[in-house]
Amino acid sequence: MTDGDGGLRSDAGGGSRPASRNPDAAAAGIRDGAGAPPQPAGTTAVEVRGVDKIFETTSGHVQALDAIDLTVAAGEFVSLIGPSGCGKSTLMRLIADLDAPSAGTVSVFGKTAKQARLDQEYGIAFQSAGLLPWRTVAANVALPLELHGVASAARSGRVAELLDMVGLSDFADRYPDQLSGGMQQRVAIARSLAEQPRLLLMDEPFGALDEMTREKMQAELVRIAAETGAAVVFVTHSIPEAVFLSDRVVVMSPRPGRIREIVPMRLGVDTRRAARTEELREERGFFEMVTAVREALHGETPVTAGPRGVETR
Amino acid sequence: MTGTADRVAPAEGGRVSRSAPGGLDTRRATRTTKQSSQIAAMVWGAVGIVVIALIWEAYKLLGPSDGVVIAGARVLPRTTDLAMPHVWDMVGRLAEPVTRSPSALPLWAVVGLAALTTLGIAAAGWLVGVIVGIGLALVMQRWRIAEWGLLPWIVISQTVPLIAFAPVVKSWGSRVEIGAFEWQDWMSVALIASYLAFFPIAIGALKGLQSPDRIHEELMQTYAAGYWPTLVKLRFPAAVPYLLPALRLGAANAVVGAVVAEVSTGLQGGIGRILIQFAGQASGDPAKAWGPIFGAIVLGLVAAGSVALLGVILKNYRRTEEAA
Repeated sequence: MTDGDGGLRSDAGGGSRPASRNPDAAAAGIRDGAGAPPQPAGTTAVEVRGVDKIFETTSGHVQALDAIDLTVAAGEFVSLIGPSGCGKSTLMRLIADLDAPSAGTVSVFGKTAKQARLDQEYGIAFQSAGLLPWRTVAANVALPLELHGVASAARSGRVAELLDMVGLSDFADRYPDQLSGGMQQRVAIARSLAEQPRLLLMDEPFGALDEMTREKMQAELVRIAAETGAAVVFVTHSIPEAVFLSDRVVVMSPRPGRIREIVPMRLGVDTRRAARTEELREERGFFEMVTAVREALHGETPVTAGPRGVETR
Repeated sequence: MTGTADRVAPAEGGRVSRSAPGGLDTRRATRTTKQSSQIAAMVWGAVGIVVIALIWEAYKLLGPSDGVVIAGARVLPRTTDLAMPHVWDMVGRLAEPVTRSPSALPLWAVVGLAALTTLGIAAAGWLVGVIVGIGLALVMQRWRIAEWGLLPWIVISQTVPLIAFAPVVKSWGSRVEIGAFEWQDWMSVALIASYLAFFPIAIGALKGLQSPDRIHEELMQTYAAGYWPTLVKLRFPAAVPYLLPALRLGAANAVVGAVVAEVSTGLQGGIGRILIQFAGQASGDPAKAWGPIFGAIVLGLVAAGSVALLGVILKNYRRTEEAA
């Protein structure tokens, strides 16, 4: 594809967002009774301004991120997609305050990333479930509540609710080694939701799952995100996954990691998240969006792009 | 729950209940296999003891009475009753009184009491070793620079010959007197036992405390959990699989240390003392000298077995995340 036909794309890198289609109005109606905290309309969940990240290695500087600007609205589902080494995971780690930016600012709900972490503003899930093997499923989900001093009775109530949400109520007393990979990942998602965060950070959480389980988990995540009304930053390298889940897809390019384009998803008339069901995967709009993201990923790279670095990962 | 949730959840539940029976079957099967393998282990253990007894008797029957001597060096022992009493004599001797005195206890009781005394001293030494070892590991895990500074000394400490060391400890101890507290001789023995015990524990605990995956450490970081919550919820549980073998080694070391220290400080009442004492009477009563030897073996087994019991209690901490 050539550069010209980017009709579906808009606002690459810009601060402007597609009109807030999602979630506030729609999701508020179906929010879980246990409930997400009230969500003032129009707040910004994540704001990344002019962020650079340079890693010092023995072989010199590696510029992982270069001049990143990104805004994620409250309740919005944003995917970061790009080839290996484009810094998408690094960007997520900066938002989570697991790393600090070399330049620029990251704010989460108007606070510094560090303050947001200390205030438990986000829940996080990694590529591997990262469950503690000596704890039962229920105890794993309870871990963040336990650490933050939630009373035992309230804790078990919340855990039961979360396990119900991810469909693992029957497995509360099992240990992680007795579960399949998909089930483990569901436990990890339940754990990330334990404290009803307004922001979910997910780093390729379904990356290690088979395609069938993966699609099922995606549908569940869509449902859970709609139920809780949380904003989601989702790192992936799967185009259909990003399209299926997201309100906007942030396409990144490597060396140095930059935002190449931000593609808003326009999936038919009904854009509410709850409307994203399995049928969506077979709709024409879905394929158009997949194509749009694919073009954004590959299309603009001329074949003779000059000398490229050796693939380091 | 919302309508959406209800729609998905039953489907999920259906899948779950279908797969559950299979899971239970597997678990039941695993348990049966485990039981039968435990029985097999016990049978093989008993077979091993019988085989050793048979080899002993066979060599005693067939071997030359002066042993096997190659180039002036005796590579196999003499087979006389003095050097190698019959298995039944050794076992039988255990039931007989320890001396000809009419009030004498049977040999097994004397050995048993001495072994219990030594076990108590070794346990005290082990406990001190556990506290010191884990304490050192905590310091080394917390500060890298402490690891670099301490670890070499911990290794060097084990190269000091224990026998040379024991009398020194005893004489130092005899000068310790703090208020009403007076240093007892058994404390010197316990101290030496702890000196041997702390080493594997310190090394194992350090490895264990350093063992959590990066993902788990980062998870605790995202929970804004400080040093102590991370230690209690993550590091100690993760260290258990490393700690258990270390504690076991420590227990065995404590017993060896206690016996050797009893011998070299001349402490009365323990098994180390009667080992020496009965060996001195071996020319007149060869089977008697073997009593304390059996006692020492049982002592070591009991010490290691007690720690194994700890492993059974903590079995859930030995799980791994991956499906078995």
